Amino acid sequence: MSTRHYAILAGDQAAVLARHHALLAKPWQQRVAEAGGPVAIVGLFLFSIWWLDISFGQIGAGLTALFKFIGLMFPLSTGGHLHLFLKAMGETLSIALLGTLAAAGLATPLALLAAKNTSPNGILRFLVRRLLDVIRGIDTLIWALVFVGVVGLGPFAGILASAVSDTGALGKLFSEAIEATRAHERETVVASGGNGLMGVRFGLVPQVLPIIAGQVLYFFESNTRSATIIGIVGAGGIGLQLSEQIRTFDFDQVASIVLLILGAVGAIDWISGKLRFAIIGGQQPWT
Amino acid sequence: MLAGLVVLVGFAGRWGEVEPGKLLHHLAGLTSYFGRIMPIFRADHLTADVAEWYWNFFGWLKLLFDTVLIAYLATFGGMVCAGILAGLAAANLARNQAVRWVVKRLFEFCRTVPDLVFALLFVSAFGLGPLAGVLAIGIHSFGTLGKLYVEAIENIDMNPVEAVRGAGARFEINVRAGSIVGFVGAGGIGQDLFVAIRKFYYTDVSAILLMIIVTVSIIDVLSERIRHRLAPVESVG
Repeated sequence: MSTRHYAILAGDQAAVLARHHALLAKPWQQRVAEAGGPVAIVGLFLFSIWWLDISFGQIGAGLTALFKFIGLMFPLSTGGHLHLFLKAMGETLSIALLGTLAAAGLATPLALLAAKNTSPNGILRFLVRRLLDVIRGIDTLIWALVFVGVVGLGPFAGILASAVSDTGALGKLFSEAIEATRAHERETVVASGGNGLMGVRFGLVPQVLPIIAGQVLYFFESNTRSATIIGIVGAGGIGLQLSEQIRTFDFDQVASIVLLILGAVGAIDWISGKLRFAIIGGQQPWT
Repeated sequence: MLAGLVVLVGFAGRWGEVEPGKLLHHLAGLTSYFGRIMPIFRADHLTADVAEWYWNFFGWLKLLFDTVLIAYLATFGGMVCAGILAGLAAANLARNQAVRWVVKRLFEFCRTVPDLVFALLFVSAFGLGPLAGVLAIGIHSFGTLGKLYVEAIENIDMNPVEAVRGAGARFEINVRAGSIVGFVGAGGIGQDLFVAIRKFYYTDVSAILLMIIVTVSIIDVLSERIRHRLAPVESVG
């Protein structure tokens, strides 16, 4: 003990280094991993450019075209279609609102079946969870395409698409919220003579309602964004107008529509943010 | 408040052309749709049935690989550009409020405009193909990651590991987006999926969807592992 002390005090670093060589030296695997990481990242980047056949000539020509488009955007114009755009925006907001509400309605019973502490049996719980996973794995836009095939063109297809696709996400979030509740309250209700359903109603719902309300509002915000694009596949809303104007190169109108979208999304975010804050305080909606 | 909601729903129902009758009328069509996209398996020639279901397996695999690379390029490009710009905005933090404001609004703009809108625009400018998809998804990632980085820089110093971890989470989202941008002709598997749904090639729809879901799950698991290796679990936000 005293000799080691002496060696350090004397500043004999070489001796210390030699003694603890194994601790200070990195194993070669770690060295390879540290050097290999960045090399692999950049290598894959170059490989991707080659594989996808991206040429700089294409980028140059595209940028020229893009700047021309941007030039064409000014001055903004609605081309006399303002009422059409506003109606389409109304459709978008309707799709978001009804889609979210319907999803919340569909997700609630599924979440009760999927949560560990409320599910009546394990097999059912497993099946419901996988069902939610599959629904969640398929993008809203794909659902929109499918529903356009089923109920025809128009906003109704969009509502159904966002209702179904959000049921997957909300079902999972709700079930997690339910699993995070305390059992105590439900037990109290049951112990004082209530049945299982009453236990859920008076013991569980008050605990999860603020969280669920926060999540629903959050999804309303995100649905407003996704409902602006599902019109591209014909499922109603502003996206149809937008894609039409882009295809016909009416960029002054494109710019107006984009501004309209930004304004609407900003307004919805603001309102919903206020409501969310009022309901759950500063808490994140998904915790 | 509840009354307000009811009124809103009423309005939205009118604007959204909700017709429950239409849904009921087509409900049988919907259920039979899911029946029809299911492949037919017969016990006596199962391999032949699977082979028929996945008749274009290698073609789709190539397109999925394209999709993943589109997502990779977009994530990488978005991360690098967002990092540089966020750094510049932060360097000017003390001196120039205006630069910071402009950069923040730029990030916000890129984040709020949906990637599919950028994709449509870029397909017109750069032509059909993966480049339009890369740029569209890249711009969206640029906006999201930029916000993350600016916030991190403003609060406390962020280490590079965390910056990469943010991009890793973004990568999964970008693979999903990459499978969609093909709908408007911006490369990847989306084009084939779009055609399959539109032209009612029923079993192709389920085959491609299954491949996308499997790919996304694999990436999910892999990136989770990489993230855990980069940083211990307890510090994951």
